[in-house]
Amino acid sequence: MSDVADRVKKIVVEHLGVEEDKVTENASFIDDLGADSLDTVELVMAFEEEFGCEIPDDAAEKILTVKDAIDFIEKADS
Amino acid sequence: MFDLAGKTALVTGATGGIGGEIAKVLAQAGAKVALSGTRKERLEAVAAEIGENAVVVPANLSDSESVDGLIKAAEEALGGQLDVLVNNAGITRDQLAMRLKDEDWQAVLDVNLTSAFKLARNSLRGMMKRRHGRIINISSIVGVTGNPGQANYAAAKAGMIGWSKSLAQEVAARGITVNCVAPGFITTAMTEELGDAQKEKLLGGIPAGRMGDSKEIAAAVLYLASDEAAYVTGQTLHVNGGMAMI
Repeated sequence: MSDVADRVKKIVVEHLGVEEDKVTENASFIDDLGADSLDTVELVMAFEEEFGCEIPDDAAEKILTVKDAIDFIEKADS
Repeated sequence: MFDLAGKTALVTGATGGIGGEIAKVLAQAGAKVALSGTRKERLEAVAAEIGENAVVVPANLSDSESVDGLIKAAEEALGGQLDVLVNNAGITRDQLAMRLKDEDWQAVLDVNLTSAFKLARNSLRGMMKRRHGRIINISSIVGVTGNPGQANYAAAKAGMIGWSKSLAQEVAARGITVNCVAPGFITTAMTEELGDAQKEKLLGGIPAGRMGDSKEIAAAVLYLASDEAAYVTGQTLHVNGGMAMI
């Protein structure tokens, strides 16, 4: 598992207060992890801070699963 | 009660009668207050009266770049993230609706409604992180009752109440409250422009039998800014001597 994936998962666990094993790559923040829409905004803010990148609103709207977040950040990093 | 020690606040329209008084009262309660307005000299005079708890952040809210940069500028001047935003700035361009020019409609909406919303939005990020924030919008009785010659002003002030309620629902679970204070007929430069006959007629409609004082608006703002008002959100506190009981 990549370093980015670990860090993303750690943020999700901390922020949503969910069990670590539930945070699989395909888990949807809203459907599987119990996030509300404001939680997803806050998660994006937390990712931006952790990775020092900016996630524009139109990209943020497409980040629905753990994998979406990892993919976006890995792409932004490279 | 109502202690704001260690908190920061931004008051827009701090050159005006009500805004200046709000800034003073928040500073007296212990907050560090950023004063915003268009007239730098006047802002500095108000800041000097307040003393070391005041900083000055001039901005023209009819200019969208100025609006976009204001929260950041205020946080830099305050040396920390914003706890309390008071959207007090407002302009009037009174005219009967039939004669109301497009630009006078737009100018009032831009400053009184749109800039206030943008400032609220831009201050939320920090407030969300800290799970604490107070957004207090100075609306007006006119936003609820209407007033001849003030279609633009009434629309902006009513709109403010609408977005406050929406925002209040969005962020309530994060410890952030969003409320309005709706002044009635308050003695300020804005109401001084009214003629004597107009004033007399208005006073007849106020059960308290007098005009309100800026201090009475500031006291309402102080309450909503305090920790004690944590359970009050999405509300409009009418301060109008009984002029309208809504």
